[in-house]
Amino acid sequence: MFFIISLYVALAVFGLGLLYKISTWFRYRIGLDARELSAAERTSAAIKGISLTLFSGKIFTLLRVFILDVLLQMRVLRQDFLRWLMHICLYVGFMLLLLMHALDKFITSVLFPEYYSTINPFMFLRDLFGFLVIVGIAVALYRRFIMKVPRLRTGGQDYYALIILAVIMISGVLLESTKITSFSRYRDMVEEYTVAADEEELRALETYWVKEFGVVSPTVTAPFEEELLKSGREAHEMTCAQCHSKPQWAFLGYTTTKIISPIALGLDRANIPEILWYIHFLACWLGLAYLPFSKMFHIFASPLSLLANSVMDKESSSPANIATRQIIELDACTHCGSCTVHCSVGVAFESIQNLNILPSEKIVSIKKLASGNHLTEQQLRHVQEGIFLCTNCERCTVVCPVGINLEDMWFSVREALLERGYPEFFMLSPFSYYRGLRRQALVEDGYREPLDRAREAIAAECHLMSPDKLIPLSPADREFKSGLSLSAQASTFSVCFGCQSCTTVCPVVANYDNPEDILGVLPHQIMHACGLGVRDLALGSNMLWDCLTCYQCQEHCPQGVWVTDVLYELKNVAVKQVRQKVS
Amino acid sequence: MKFGLFLGCNIPARLSQYETSTRAILARLGVGLADIKQFNCCGYPIRNLDHKTFVLAAARNLALAEKNNLNLLSLCKCCYGSLKKADHLLKEDASLREEINGILKKEYLEYRGDVEVRHLLSLLYHDVGIGVIKEKIEKPFSGLNIATHYGCHALRPSQIVAFDDPVAPAIFDQLVEVTGAESISWPAKLDCCGAPVWGINDDLSMDLTEKKLKDGKQSGAEYLCAACTYCHIQFDTVQKMILSSRGNNLNLPSVLYPQLLGLSMGMDGKTLGLSMNQLSIDGIEDFFFVPEPEEEEEEMEEAGEA
Repeated sequence: MFFIISLYVALAVFGLGLLYKISTWFRYRIGLDARELSAAERTSAAIKGISLTLFSGKIFTLLRVFILDVLLQMRVLRQDFLRWLMHICLYVGFMLLLLMHALDKFITSVLFPEYYSTINPFMFLRDLFGFLVIVGIAVALYRRFIMKVPRLRTGGQDYYALIILAVIMISGVLLESTKITSFSRYRDMVEEYTVAADEEELRALETYWVKEFGVVSPTVTAPFEEELLKSGREAHEMTCAQCHSKPQWAFLGYTTTKIISPIALGLDRANIPEILWYIHFLACWLGLAYLPFSKMFHIFASPLSLLANSVMDKESSSPANIATRQIIELDACTHCGSCTVHCSVGVAFESIQNLNILPSEKIVSIKKLASGNHLTEQQLRHVQEGIFLCTNCERCTVVCPVGINLEDMWFSVREALLERGYPEFFMLSPFSYYRGLRRQALVEDGYREPLDRAREAIAAECHLMSPDKLIPLSPADREFKSGLSLSAQASTFSVCFGCQSCTTVCPVVANYDNPEDILGVLPHQIMHACGLGVRDLALGSNMLWDCLTCYQCQEHCPQGVWVTDVLYELKNVAVKQVRQKVS
Repeated sequence: MKFGLFLGCNIPARLSQYETSTRAILARLGVGLADIKQFNCCGYPIRNLDHKTFVLAAARNLALAEKNNLNLLSLCKCCYGSLKKADHLLKEDASLREEINGILKKEYLEYRGDVEVRHLLSLLYHDVGIGVIKEKIEKPFSGLNIATHYGCHALRPSQIVAFDDPVAPAIFDQLVEVTGAESISWPAKLDCCGAPVWGINDDLSMDLTEKKLKDGKQSGAEYLCAACTYCHIQFDTVQKMILSSRGNNLNLPSVLYPQLLGLSMGMDGKTLGLSMNQLSIDGIEDFFFVPEPEEEEEEMEEAGEA
């Protein structure tokens, strides 16, 4: 009764959870394009898109992807055999257990009318499938905790997934082994299946089962009488053999009986098999009920992500469907860490303490953002910086085993975050190159404003943008002056004698009729400002951010001032100072 | 001769023809390439804001090459300059080296400073040699005027990169001329392509690019030739954007050097990914040297007589 009620409760939670999660695919939104689209529009676009795809040539692409990438997991195999082995073991083992063992009443018994869980091949197969899952868990543990893959993070959901699987498997194996050894279970079976046997016959059967079937009896122990065993075997073959294969075939459970047999009687008296059974099925129900809200939801979302991405692209797919796909992708992420391991700027995390640099962690943050969880201002800034600290090399997208188009995800979220108005200083670097190449996908103002904002935020700290502000020329900011030492060459500004060669050869200066109006302070003036220790003059000019780093100035300096490197250093210092003040 | 091929971030994502054409010509020239999948960003884009992270990123690449006992071959001049600069800093500054190695140690890597960083052009010029390349030319160009674009980060700072004479460089011109094309002299040859501020200040970037295009065109070039990821994308994708937004008539397409060399080695346009360039360079195949018909007849007659 409890079994049935708890199962229905779990199923109900699972079903409602599933519906809720699917509704979020159409309700949640990330990025600017999604903002204008209602859930109804997205739902109808999805229905239209799916039906158009199913009745087109693309159906073959879907079939191919389903077989190769969903069933055979070729995308994982291409990267790493060990990980492929791990996941194939986990999902093949678990799926087969689900179909053959958990749903035996509905599937196995129907397909095989002679099905009994205690006869072969089912008894053996159950343990074989269980063994696959256990191997999978072991490899996962090895990869996450022993291999020490650089920057691979393990989060709460990863622990949960491993723990729930382990509890289900271990309780199952222990249940099996305590049932094998259980004397009371043996007695129940005898009562149920043997007819009109006398004491002698029962004793013989018991002896045989203790010897051959691993039952631990309070009275019958080794050594056994040959005679008894013989007649026991006869009795066994008469009444039991038809429905009960040798427990050795259930190799996981049987191996475990070797360990527990000394305490088997105690376990049986304490009714441990019953308790294990409760643990086993309740763990299954918990896994089922919580599935839509856990990382295990990828069972549904990952295949969808793989299939959707195989037939969608940003040119021909409707923005509504892309918005929906991006939310499905968030659910599809298994936090496997492939993207982070291959990330081209992942190494930056070693010196910039911002988890959101790592793509797998960015996804975690974006999930929170999409579901409307409150992120603090500081957290939002970190996500923004993390998303901007990206060379858009697309490796994450290429390696993602569930086919998430991470590249597009970053692009969508990046613009939405920039629109909030907090200046992003990494914009003032070649990280913006890709954004420039895709500027036609953005509205003109939305494209320019964040760039201006970053410059203004820096200039505002340097009081150079306000012409009425008087810049004190003395005393010299010695701390600033002596602090220019990140790279050994930066201090070379001190030998500048103001010949202006740097400014004369600068192609940026040459580009303007009135360069001072546009650029503020010119290269030779910046060198001079450093020498004087006038922080504001040195850090506040547009020249810093318009510098091409073409090294013409440095190459042409007769005094050996490393002009470009000084400018690099000033950019570093300017941003560092503004960040300190803003936070 | 074997090198670890450093592709950087842009080539696999946006300029795969640079990789395929380079692999094709280097295979023909007998240069072996090894791929190190763990390579990361060269550090160039991080340098504006975070000096230490820039050095760390570059150092990790150098350490990876070192671990695999390979020298590094960069196709991009910004990667080249960045790796060279970091290599220099790490050699000069023992405490920086110690700090960086402390971080790399976590991944069982160490920067020791035994790796040579090469750019494709310096590899072809110094390690392969003009003579060897010349022997492989099967379909030389004729009457093709090329404006070679050297790229700032290859030439400067010359003390550190030591690529060529920073004021009067010649290796790129010689490499272009070995294909039979003419490397024209043009005033803006050594100037910046404008890419470093693309995305930061697009107007400035376009001004600079336009200036170069105009100058190349006026000097009689049919094509620009680049051997740098950023420069080429600037002259290709960004030039296309300039053509549509500023609407001028400066169309001067860019051919990647390995595409040019590959064509003259008799490779087909598909191998070299010609169609992947945004601005068509198909016309370049009209410039193959065609022997004069009379000469051919004479030769045939001579052959017949013999």
